[in-house]
Amino acid sequence: MELIWQGISQAFWLLIQGDPEVLRVTLLSLEVSGTATLISLLVGIPAGTALALTRFPGHRAVVSLVNTGMGLPPVVAGLVVTVFLWRNGPFGILHLLYSPPAMVIAQCVIASPIVVGLTLAAIQNLNPKLRVQILALGASRPQMLWLLVREARLPLLAAVMAGFGAVISEIGASMMVGGNILGQTRVLTTATVMETSKGNFDVAFALSVILLGLVYAVNLVLTYVQQRGRAL
Amino acid sequence: MGGSYSHRRGERPFAPTPEPLICASTATPSINHVEENGGCAARPLLEARGLVVVRGGRRVLNVPCVQVRQGEVLAIIGPNGSGKSTLLLALADLLPPSHGEILYRGKAVGTRGAAALAYRRRTATVFQEPLLLDTSVERNVAIGLRLRGIAGREAIARAVEWLERFGIAHLAKRSARALSGGEAQRTSLARAFALRPEVLFLDEPFASLDAPAKAAIVDDVERVIQQTGVTAVFVTHDRDEALCLGDRIGVLMSGEIRQLDSAAVVFQSPVDAEVAAFVGVETVAPGVVAAGDEGLVRIDVASQAVEAIGDYPIGQRVLVCLRPEDITVSTAEESLITSARNHLRGVVVKLSPHGPALRVTIDCGFPVVAAITRQSAADLGLGPGRPVQVSFKASAVHLLRK
Repeated sequence: MELIWQGISQAFWLLIQGDPEVLRVTLLSLEVSGTATLISLLVGIPAGTALALTRFPGHRAVVSLVNTGMGLPPVVAGLVVTVFLWRNGPFGILHLLYSPPAMVIAQCVIASPIVVGLTLAAIQNLNPKLRVQILALGASRPQMLWLLVREARLPLLAAVMAGFGAVISEIGASMMVGGNILGQTRVLTTATVMETSKGNFDVAFALSVILLGLVYAVNLVLTYVQQRGRAL
Repeated sequence: MGGSYSHRRGERPFAPTPEPLICASTATPSINHVEENGGCAARPLLEARGLVVVRGGRRVLNVPCVQVRQGEVLAIIGPNGSGKSTLLLALADLLPPSHGEILYRGKAVGTRGAAALAYRRRTATVFQEPLLLDTSVERNVAIGLRLRGIAGREAIARAVEWLERFGIAHLAKRSARALSGGEAQRTSLARAFALRPEVLFLDEPFASLDAPAKAAIVDDVERVIQQTGVTAVFVTHDRDEALCLGDRIGVLMSGEIRQLDSAAVVFQSPVDAEVAAFVGVETVAPGVVAAGDEGLVRIDVASQAVEAIGDYPIGQRVLVCLRPEDITVSTAEESLITSARNHLRGVVVKLSPHGPALRVTIDCGFPVVAAITRQSAADLGLGPGRPVQVSFKASAVHLLRK
């Protein structure tokens, strides 16, 4: 118990002090996970919408694949991305391994199925007749898709929260493709693991408190936007 | 509805003008009763040709030809599952047919591409469910205008104008999710009319409303249609709504238009027993023409003789059709002296409620169904087993060849 209190007080101390290393680790976490979430949304929302509105041979298999991907263990994602980015791998020439872009790619692999799956569910939950009504109002196909996504904006915000929550808190993939290099690829989760293994529980707690605070702050903003949407 | 509407149309600014009516290419036996000329005008506003919709291997719609004239309200009635909504969706270009085409002002609209979008932007559709978007009422009404590129402020101003015409301007800022069923349907109607459509499609828009809300909205829609002179296709299973709003009425059964004509013709002279039953002819009895003279025939029905207007050869087998409201019931002891040519004696079999009135089934050798008020039933002391006399005019009898 004492360790927890020490950790919390240490966290505040580190924050108040403006420890440059902690700040860098925090900002890199935000940058990597924020970018990965954004890319996942850009890929996942159109893909999820298309899956919800179309039928093709193998549709069910693809949906099952997406649903499986929603539970993809980060270490598996990390392993696959590592193999692809390895020196002798298909994309080894890009020299991305152990760099923040590699971490973004791995986190995209984790977050995209979550966004696709939740978008699929959100669009399928809309009244199917709404699509016909929107077309009857004179919408072109892109306008219809935009209105459908807008209509599903509340559950889609949940997809944003779930996607961001999954990647900011994952460790396996970031460790494998980032390598926890000081000043380059060290993020809050990898730093926490390292400090714990070194027995620096107070620092580890401090980093965890910052991580929790970060997740809480982002979700607070998204929840505010979501609930304001409800009251409209 | 319970017969609460009366037919009050006929003074619309764009009342349909009689046109030369030809549709040679599409005349098939299935639409032989579609007006005397096939229901096809030479220059219709909207036309469907050879429309076939197949679903699950079953042909759910087969309409060789249906035309909508400029300024008219075409009401399509039929029982549930008859294909009414499918026909409406196909006409609105919201459902690609398996075969056939939709022509607007003589040009095929197609189901995709610029022509289809341009056609959809000339029309508006109101469904049974209001299907409002999750935003304010005024933004819902403005949405179609915004989709057409009209600036936000102007779109909202036009939306509010239409909300006023439907008596719900005070709800403009409210969330569409917080509306009652009637308010939501008024919003949906305002949204459609705000587009100033050239053709308005109405898919049972009053079906899910309670009676008072329905009566008020039907009145409003009738008024706005009269004011705007919009051409409309209106689908309903409710005969009274069709009578109230429709200039012409089409009866759709099993995916085919069995009859398409003016309301008076459809309701007084249904083409077959099925249509007759649907348009409210509750007495249908088989008989044989026993005598005929100068347009008046005597038909033997069970052990009774019924006089009717018509010109049929003796021995012709016919169906005698009577609407309940055309039959007068009196007690056997105090038979009414009326101008009716037919007076049959019978015994009351049962009384059943029908909205605010009653239906009396009388055994006259064949079952006759009459409409009667509750007060009259009480005054006559009607009940099962009571001997009565039924009277009806020869002109009230509609004969169908068997």
